[in-house]
Amino acid sequence: MTTAHTHSGQEPVQRSTGRLVLGWVLVGIPLAYGVFQTLTQVAALFG
Amino acid sequence: MGFLDRDRTIAPPGFNRWLVPPAALAVHLCIGQAYATSVYKTALVKHFGASLTEIGVIFSIAIVMLGLSAAVMGTWVDRNGPRKAMFTSAMFWVGGFLIGSLGIFTHQLWLVYLGYGVVGGIGLGIGYISPVSTLIKWFPDRPGLATGMAIMGFGGGALIASPVSQALLKAYDPNSGAQGWVASGDAVGKLFLTLAVVYLAYMLFGAFTIKVPADGWRPAGFDPANVKAAKLVTTENVSAKNAIKTRQFWLVWVALFCNVTAGIGILEQAAPMIQDFFRQADGKSLVSAGVAAGFVGLLSIGNMAGRFAWSATSDITGRKRIYMVYLGVGAVLYTLLALAGVSATFLYVVLAFLIISFYGGGFATAPAYLRDLFGTFQVGAIHGRLLTAWSAAGVAGPLIVNGILDAQGKPGQLTGASYQPALLTMVALLVVGFVANLLVTPVDARFHEPRTARHEPAMEA
Repeated sequence: MTTAHTHSGQEPVQRSTGRLVLGWVLVGIPLAYGVFQTLTQVAALFG
Repeated sequence: MGFLDRDRTIAPPGFNRWLVPPAALAVHLCIGQAYATSVYKTALVKHFGASLTEIGVIFSIAIVMLGLSAAVMGTWVDRNGPRKAMFTSAMFWVGGFLIGSLGIFTHQLWLVYLGYGVVGGIGLGIGYISPVSTLIKWFPDRPGLATGMAIMGFGGGALIASPVSQALLKAYDPNSGAQGWVASGDAVGKLFLTLAVVYLAYMLFGAFTIKVPADGWRPAGFDPANVKAAKLVTTENVSAKNAIKTRQFWLVWVALFCNVTAGIGILEQAAPMIQDFFRQADGKSLVSAGVAAGFVGLLSIGNMAGRFAWSATSDITGRKRIYMVYLGVGAVLYTLLALAGVSATFLYVVLAFLIISFYGGGFATAPAYLRDLFGTFQVGAIHGRLLTAWSAAGVAGPLIVNGILDAQGKPGQLTGASYQPALLTMVALLVVGFVANLLVTPVDARFHEPRTARHEPAMEA
């Protein structure tokens, strides 16, 4: 995470793109796996 | 443990608020495992030589403790902030698995009750409410969307835990290839230990990622003064102590209780119910056990999707109107299910999917509804008290459905008609909830906190 400054130059501003991507990946991948596994099971309902 | 204190978690300028939902989701995805206990239920029955009911009690204790701890600890969570609450929740939830595994390895069922049920249940309650008020403060412009994202995780947790647990049980049990295999107690104990390690890592990630907004923070471009004033959305604050003295709190409690009771009625019986609905004259069902399992999976997705989609929609429609849909349209759909559900599998599946999406939506929209009525001051604590409706529904729903079905016949002989009394009872409950929601009006000014005594004045500008 890097820091930059606001337009006024008074307060440091955190740039958190990497952390944001990491956070969503950490919760998104298991959730996508769970939904995929469930949908595979659901296929039997319409097969 | 000063690093857990609320004042150490205040976000610096420029903090991206979209980091808060994954932090909240990390906790809710872990505690959502509570809905995946059926994976090892049979294994525990065999291991302990106990009845299904005796093993089912583990889950019941956990849900009752969820409601009680959310109600009792809500004010503590609001006062100490989300990081300390999430950390505490992680300790209890993981501690529950560790004590539970000890009970399994030593053949002491009471230790599983104490561990997973009591200790883990406390972790469930604190974890469930821990991110809610923080999310509402970070997303004053879209509170329904924000809480929907987090509470969706509770529905999604079981979707992850079920297949992962099945795979781990197979990996830990050398006899997993045998015909009619049921996992050994040793494998379940090892599963508990593995889940404890994984959930500890995820929940601590959530705890150390979450931050609270600084006083006076607002999203870019958001000015509360420019938001069209809605009749039910207050700019005042009500304490948790005063909230439970209001008519509005109990009306929302009744609405949530009715919605949850009706949803549990279907969820609890999902697999046998679809088979019974399509049972033919020769006693055989058109729906196989495998297809019924797929139906249960589809309901889980409906439950999760409803939490996000309907709660986000409530930011546009308003909370009272969306609850009218959950309860009013829900009652119509339940009636159709009872009277016409037997006519086609597709119709049955669509109706059940929508009903369960309303069930999930009711949960996820509740925090934003409370924010609208009582302000942000102690919304987490008020939400905790509201969750006693969930505990009550968790007892009432299965009691109503099982009680009525027991009078209709034996399992394996029931038909669609056998379910009509139970389903129509749920319709009546939904109508009661609809009327309760209809009676919700703005909270009387005598319950408002004095403006000078506000803890977070900037949020209510």
